[in-house]
Amino acid sequence: MKKKVYSSLDEAVAVVPDGARIMFGGFGGAGFPNNLIQALVRKGVKNITAISNNCGTRDGELGLMFKNNQIKHVIASFPGPHANHFQERFAAKEVTLDLVPQGILCERMRAAAAGLQGFYTTVGVGTEVAEGKEERVLEGKRCILEMPIHADFAFIKAHKADGLGNLTYRLAARNFNPIMAMAAKTTIAEVEELVPVGSIEPEQVMTPAIFVHRIVQAKGLHYAG
Amino acid sequence: MPAETVQEKALLEKPRLTREQIAQLAALELPDGAYVNLGWGIPNLIANYLPKEITVYFHSENGILGMGRRARPGEEDYDLVDAMKVPVTLIPGASFFNQADAHLMTRGGHLDVAVLGGFQVSEKGDLANWKIPGAKGSGGIGGAMDISAGAKKLIVCMEHITKDGAPKIVKNCTYPLTCLECVNTVVTDLAVVDVTPEGLVLREIAPGWTPDEVQRLTGAPLKTKGRVPEIHLP
Repeated sequence: MKKKVYSSLDEAVAVVPDGARIMFGGFGGAGFPNNLIQALVRKGVKNITAISNNCGTRDGELGLMFKNNQIKHVIASFPGPHANHFQERFAAKEVTLDLVPQGILCERMRAAAAGLQGFYTTVGVGTEVAEGKEERVLEGKRCILEMPIHADFAFIKAHKADGLGNLTYRLAARNFNPIMAMAAKTTIAEVEELVPVGSIEPEQVMTPAIFVHRIVQAKGLHYAG
Repeated sequence: MPAETVQEKALLEKPRLTREQIAQLAALELPDGAYVNLGWGIPNLIANYLPKEITVYFHSENGILGMGRRARPGEEDYDLVDAMKVPVTLIPGASFFNQADAHLMTRGGHLDVAVLGGFQVSEKGDLANWKIPGAKGSGGIGGAMDISAGAKKLIVCMEHITKDGAPKIVKNCTYPLTCLECVNTVVTDLAVVDVTPEGLVLREIAPGWTPDEVQRLTGAPLKTKGRVPEIHLP
């Protein structure tokens, strides 16, 4: 059977090339794959397209990747009040931004995961978000067409993994992680605990192993707001 | 100085409700047992003013239903935070879910009430609350567009006028829009205003103010139904 567990963070991210499209889980300081992000900083990959709710908290989360100019394009919902490295690159036009309403960001990733070629929604009708998008009336409501967001990799943070890649999440650290795990071609998970196969009750599995390809254990890191 | 200008200046100096009082007033709009999302700014203060006899299930867009008070020092768990990154607690019967399900709840009409902050609300109930024209930086949308598109009832809490004295309730929004025709009620430091098919209705008014004075600080016509009662805070 294919081995999924890697013994180091650097090995786990070795497969990521320059120019990759990567989804990064996490919200509000919880559930960020901070150890994997630091491994990408060490690897020095360039021209990354990042798909993430926000754009870092000072040097934390995606902050260092913007500081090192590793990211060229972002699809995000809320860059955030402490995303200073992102804002500097954005002001200097070294990074481009596609702002997406948060729930629509989730659904566009889910569409990619589910093999759906887009969907119509009332969210964003009549706003800047609707610019350039097909509009039609469905069930009497003005709607715009939203397309799937695909990615080469999902970088996610989970609480427990077994060797097959079944995952659980702690509290509100779940957020975007299970969605991204389903949407990307290759999912790399950093987890607090590795447990034997069979020790996570099947009914407690939150992300089934089929969605997870590379696993590495690391003590979780949090950055204060 | 022309008499009219002197009069307007005096109007701007009259006492208005505080941000805390706006939150206290908005808390009275929440029914017992409701599922409620609170946005940034004034709405975030509402949880402090819930009447003791009612239970409200607060929804957080990062995947929590049944969010309780903020965590006390020593009690913080940084895997349990609200949408503003603040460590919180849970009430009995709380649940966690992923971010897509959290917004399925907002967009799909499952929340009873959402309360958001606002820069402008139009007479048709259009909301502008995510970007100030000319502001530096990228701006950010977050959950505001999903929440305003889907809540069964949307309340906006904001000051009645800007720091420069410009009305924030307007005929048409000039700031970038969040959602068309979504606001049901506006709670400000001067009034409670309902958005109805017949236009804006002045439901309640701050103590010491007259409907005419509030109208002069409002950018769209306010209808009244008989005598407008004064706001009474418990």
